[in-house]
Order: sequence, then structure tokens, then C-alpha cells
Amino acid sequence: MPGYAERVKVFGIYIQGDPIGVVVTTGGIRRVIEFRAVTKRFEDGTIAVDELDLTVEAGTITVFVGPSGCGKTTSLRMVNRMIDPTSGTILVDGKDVLTVDPPTLRRGIGYVIQQAGLFPHRTVLDNIATVPLLSGWDKRKARTRAAELLEIVGLDANFGKRYPAQLSGGQQQRVGVARALAADPPVLLMDEPFSAVDPVVREDLQNELLRLQAELDKTIVFVTHDIDEALKLGERVAVFQTGGHLAQYARPTELLAAPANDFVASFVGRDRGYRTLTFLHADVPVHPVTTAKLGERVTVTDWTLVVDETNRPKGWLSGVDGEVEVAEKDLISGGSLYDGSTLRGALDAALSSPSALGVVVDDVGAVTGVVKADDVIQALAKARAAGEVPK
Amino acid sequence: MTWIFENWERFWEVTEVHLRLSVVPVLIGFVLAIPLGWWASRSQTARAILFPFANILFTIPSIALIVITPVLLGVKILDEINVIVPLAVYTLALMIRSVADALSAVPGNVVAAANAMGFRPLRRFLTVDFPLALPVTIAGLRVATMSNISMVSVGALVGLGGYGQLFTEGYQTDHTEKVLAGLIGTVVLAVLADGLLLLIGRLLTPWARAGR
Amino acid sequence: MGGWLFDPAHWSGTTGIPVRLAEHLGYTLLTLLIAAVIAIPLGAFVGHTGKGGFVIVGLSNALRALPTTAVLILVVLWAGLGDFPVYVALVLLAIPPIMAGTYAGVRAVDPVTVDAARGVGMRESGVLLQVEIPNALPLIYGGFRGAALQVVATATIAAYTGAGGLGRLVFDGLALQEFGQMLAGAVLVALLAVLVDLGFAGLQRLTVSPGLRPVGTGGKR
Ligand SMILES: Nc1ncnc2c1ncn2[C@@H]1O[C@H](COP(=O)(O)OP(=O)(O)O)[C@@H](O)[C@H]1O
Ligand SMILES: [Mg+2]
Repeated sequence: MPGYAERVKVFGIYIQGDPIGVVVTTGGIRRVIEFRAVTKRFEDGTIAVDELDLTVEAGTITVFVGPSGCGKTTSLRMVNRMIDPTSGTILVDGKDVLTVDPPTLRRGIGYVIQQAGLFPHRTVLDNIATVPLLSGWDKRKARTRAAELLEIVGLDANFGKRYPAQLSGGQQQRVGVARALAADPPVLLMDEPFSAVDPVVREDLQNELLRLQAELDKTIVFVTHDIDEALKLGERVAVFQTGGHLAQYARPTELLAAPANDFVASFVGRDRGYRTLTFLHADVPVHPVTTAKLGERVTVTDWTLVVDETNRPKGWLSGVDGEVEVAEKDLISGGSLYDGSTLRGALDAALSSPSALGVVVDDVGAVTGVVKADDVIQALAKARAAGEVPK
Repeated sequence: MTWIFENWERFWEVTEVHLRLSVVPVLIGFVLAIPLGWWASRSQTARAILFPFANILFTIPSIALIVITPVLLGVKILDEINVIVPLAVYTLALMIRSVADALSAVPGNVVAAANAMGFRPLRRFLTVDFPLALPVTIAGLRVATMSNISMVSVGALVGLGGYGQLFTEGYQTDHTEKVLAGLIGTVVLAVLADGLLLLIGRLLTPWARAGR
Repeated sequence: MGGWLFDPAHWSGTTGIPVRLAEHLGYTLLTLLIAAVIAIPLGAFVGHTGKGGFVIVGLSNALRALPTTAVLILVVLWAGLGDFPVYVALVLLAIPPIMAGTYAGVRAVDPVTVDAARGVGMRESGVLLQVEIPNALPLIYGGFRGAALQVVATATIAAYTGAGGLGRLVFDGLALQEFGQMLAGAVLVALLAVLVDLGFAGLQRLTVSPGLRPVGTGGKR
């Protein structure tokens, strides 16, 4: 966690001349975004948000989740005044957003949307430099900053000269995040930013966001309809119910352990016991495994893990008895790798491996051993006995 | 306006000529554009030949085409054919594109389904492709008709009939009312023709409005 | 037949081909400039606000139905001979396509892009000038180049009321029953139209962002 001084720098963005400031409440929690009895009724009578009371804490990723049409987007867009509430107040660091002129407010709040919304006529670099330029930075400084951001979101420098149409969906979304971060806003609003990309890329982007957040420590409000995404990213999760009601606002573990009502229970899903594994970090014993390298002559008696020069897993050799030369064509691939993070990863690795042994790897991807599904189940039982898991 | 009522017979006479000189070329150009547009919708080569050619035709001023036509066709300068041929050519140039675009926009799965049901090519074209292409085609036809109605007047500059005669006579005799009468006639004719085509389009394509 | 066009005598003097070409080009460019100054802001503003679109469409159609010859003659009868009536008639001719192109172009900008522009904190003027208009440029140029072709072709009839331009060759040729001269006029107008269009195509290439070019040109479809 960065210290107080660094926080001040992060939050020291100026809105209309005076700093939004750092509000330290008596409880020591710096409330950054507060919804107070916020209601939005559209002209056609639709009540999109109904008496929303909610406090988004500083430096957290808070996820708004719920089925489509339940008012998540509307709630989010009221923070940067893309929509104004019918009644109620929204405070950003203690300041009523309705007292700030919308363009100025928005320049201090990063905004990322589902289809990225990049400007097709501008290069990637110019897209990222948009807000700094609007805020009056000089061109050179803005471009230097944009190049920096490109790196931060994990894109090669030569992407800077490209146009949005020349990027994949996932790359566009990275640029969208970079654009939102360019002026270093303390608050980031993200509306289903990863919903339009394929699942593999989505997982990359989610991990990237978690990595970024560990460094940047922003206050992020993240909207999604995907409960898995919500549980993965959210430190706090607000479950919205159709009709614009807040059904429950809690930490992911609480949400799984004690859903506030049937709606939350069914939305979180029946397999929540399995999902809970995601939040358990109990130790699972790591067993040694027989390894071999390609081209070697080995005597195989049981499942053998074939690795490359740097000890990274390549595949399994099934347990045929006798001496064989290890060849690429004989390898059985498959199985996710367990990086020692959560129990769910361990169970996945064990269950998806052709040998029923989950391959454990270290930070650089080298094999350190294997885990067994039985051990994971035992660890789960232990955690349950200790009261860490809902029944 | 008073001129129109005081000279009703004359006004009606030029209206008839104007109508004939604008409708006949549209019909000729349209009928010729159907096979050519169909060809262009199916063949890259056809497009490569027809589209640039059509574009160049557009750059030739109508007055020039009207004065050159009699020499090329060997007819007298005061023959109505000298307006009909150039305007038919313009219509053709415009409609080839419209018809080609319209036919290309017919959904491929519909065409495939029709083929699968055993439609022969000509029958399929007349009963499936062409009706589905009608909305876009009629949009093109409206543009062609409007521009034809306004271009017929140019013929009067070389002495041919239509509302343009009221313009030239009004100019020569410093008679503003006469020019205005022709202008009003042209605009009314254009608006009526446009409305009529719009109506025909609606009647011919009732499915375009279903489910909206 | 091409004799008239290539006779050196017709390429010099105050009524020579170069002078007529210059006059014709002058009418065309100034007309387009005036029409653009009127039509682009109108089309863009209505496109941006989304209100009054029917006015633009109605006005465009009404103007399109106006016969240019009649407008030219009427203005001559009211204001006298000269270049002024020519410009009035041609500007009225050029406005509809430019206005319609601009309106359609601004309306066609992806609403997500416009939403993002507001979301990052652009003011309405910024949304219009920095996002909507640059993205609408391909369609604006479409309307503008269409107008340019019409103006070059139609400027020919300016000569009917004694003004200059290549139309002089056509009308003088007609009066003298000199077919070669009429043909020369027609060919030169068509040639000028092609050149003017090429010029604007070049300008379009220079001013429209490469990001807006169709992807995979030359391959797809
Ligand atoms: N501009 C609008 N006018 C009328 N109703 C709207 C408007 N925007 C959203 N709604 C309605 O408000 C409700 C909430 O919408 P939204 O906040 O977009 O939901 P979510 O983001 O959770 O899918 C929906 O019923 C939607 O149809
Ligand atoms: Mg939404």
C-alpha cells in the first residue's frame, strides 16, 4: 500500500481551481464516491436507479454487478454527469458533482466503455493524449505521457502510430484504459470494459487490471453483468436487482457465504461452493514428479512429465512400461497449471490433467511438483471446519 | 401566378411537352439500366467498365450533349430526340449504379434459398431479386426523375419546348412573371413526380414497412 | 472535328480558350467556397443537435427541384447582367449536396465515439469540431465533390446571359453553327470536371485521417 503522501499526489487533481482534496473521515476511511438516496427516472417513466445509497471506498475496485437493465450503467454515468440524477446527491471526495461543470468534472474521472469508443480518426498515441491535451498540457508532455501509458497497459511502442481500426478488440480496450488513465485521474469508471472481447483475452485484461491497480491504487468503479468477473475483480461488490435496487453490497466472500436474499443467491449461482475455492489460499502438499526431456531415453513406469530446457512443462508421457525415446508426438498435452495462488486453481489443475496430477509451476513457469485432487478436497474440508467456507 | 391562369392553354401545352421530355428518357434509361446494372452487380469486369464510363458521362454538361446529339444522330437541332437521348443517357448512367447497388444488397441467403427451391435464373431475377432490390432502385429513380425534370429546361436554350421556353421568352421580353410561371411549373412537376414514385414504391414493397 | 480545338488562334487573346477556362474555373471555385461556407455549418449544426433534420432534407429537396436556368434568368431580370446572377444560381445548385453530405456525415458518426468524446470531457464545440466533423469528412467530401461536378457542368449555361466561361464556346458555336467550337466547349468542360474532381480527391487524401480509410482496401468483398 502506498503511504499517505503518495495518495495525496494521486488525489491531488484539481477540479475548477480547488483540489477535490483528501477527505479523511473520523473512521479513517476516505470515502471517495458516495451515492446518497440517488434516484433516476427517465422521461419515459422508467426508474433506472431507485434510492441508491452506497459508498465506494478510496483505492478499491468496487464492482456493480447485476442482470442487464438493472441500472448499473445509469448509476455509473451519474458519477461523471453523463446523466444527472432525478433526486439525491453524488459526492466525489465530499464534493457534490452537480456543482462542477461536466466537462471539467469528466477530465478528472477516467471513463472506459464496452466498445472502447476510441476516436477512429486519431492515432493510438493521440487518442491516449486526449485528456491531457484538453486539460491544457503542452503537446510534447502529453505525447511523452501517452507513450508511457502505452507501455503501462502492455502495448508495444509501435502501436502508437496505428489507428484504432488496425487493432484487435482486446488491444483497443487496452488503449481505452490508457486513455482513461492518461491524466492520472484518482477515479476510474469502467462500464463492461471487457465484455466484448473473447474469453481468453478477457482473462488477460482482467489480470492486467489487477496488476495495474496494485501499482496505481485508484478508486475504480467497474460495471459488469458477469458474476465471475465481479468476484474476481471486486474488493467490494454491489449486486443490483432489476428495477434499480441495490440488493447487497459486500465483499465477495460474504456475498458467497451469506447472500442477502434469494435474488442474490440465485444470481451468485448454485456452484458457489466451488467459486469459494477462488478465495481460499490454504496450503496443498506439493508432491515430486518424474520428469524427462525431449530426446532422452528413459524407462517409463508411471506418468512422466516432459519438460523443456528451462524445466517448463511440455506435456505428459503416459505410463507405458519399458524404455522409450521421448518424442514430441507421444506427448499428451492438456491440464491447467497451478501457480500456487488459490485452491480453485489447484483443483482445476488436478482435475484437468490427463494424469490427474496438477502441475505446479513457480513465477517463471518452471515445474516444482504436482498436486492431487484428494489433497485439495481435504484442504477444503479443513477450511470448512475452520468456518472459512459457507456450507 | 396570374400569368398561368391568363395563359392557361399555353401553360398546359408547355407542361405536356415538359412531361413528355422528362418521362420518356427516364423510362428508356431505366429499362436499359436493368440488364446493365444486373451485369454490374455480378461481374467485377462489368463494374470496372461501366462505372467510370457512367461517371464521365455525368461530367458532360447537358447543354453540350443537347447541341452535339443532332450532329451525331444527323437530325435537326429542333427535334425532341435531342433532349430525349441525352437525358436517357444521364438516367442510364445514374441508374446502372442504383440497380447494381440494389441487387448487390439483396441478402445472399435469400438468393440461395430461391436457388434451392429450384427457381430458374430469369424467374428468380423477376420474382425474387428485383422486387427485393426495388426500394434502393426507386430511390435512384427519384433522383433521376428530379434531375431530368430540371434539365429539360436546358433544351429551351437551343429552342426546344417545355417550361424552359417560358424562361427564354421571359428573358428576351423582360417578363419576370413568365419565368416565374415556368419555375413554379417545374417545381410542382418535380414534387408531384417524386410523390408519385414514393407512393409506387410503397405499394410495390409492402413488406418494407411490415414489423416497423 | 477537333480542328477548332487545336487551332492556335483559339488559344490566345481575351476570348481565347485559356481565358474561358480560367473564367469557368473561377466560377466553380468561388461558387463552391460560398456554398461550403453556408452549407457545411448548417448541415453540421443540425447533424450535431439532431433537431430539425427534416428542415435540411426538405430544404435540400426543394433547392434540388429549382431549375438553375430559371434562377439565373430571374436574377438577371432583377439585378441585371454580370457575374452576380451566375453565382446565385450556382450556389443554390451547390448547397443541397454539400449540406446533405455534411448532415448525413455528422449523423453517421458512431454514437459510441460521440459518447466517448463527451465522456473524456470535451465541450460541445470540441465534440463537433474535433470528433464529429473529422469523422464526417469522407461523406462531406462526397457531397462536395458531387456539387463540384454539377457546378462545373452547369456553369456552362452562364454564357446564355452573356457571362464568360467555357459555355461561351458552346453558345457562340451554336449561334455560328460552328460544330467544332461547340464540341470543343463540351470536351473542355468534361476535362475540367475530371481535373477539378482529381484535385479535390487529392485534397481529400491530404485532409481525411488515414484512420478513416476502409480497412483492407483492395482485398475484401
Ligand atoms: N435514456 C434512457 N431513456 C429511458 N430509459 C432508459 C434510458 N437509458 C436507460 N434506460 C432504462 O433504464 C434501465 C437501466 O438501464 P441501464 O442503466 O443501462 O442498465 P444496465 O447498465 O444495468 O444494463 C433499463 O430499463 C433501460 O432500458
Ligand atoms: Mg449497461
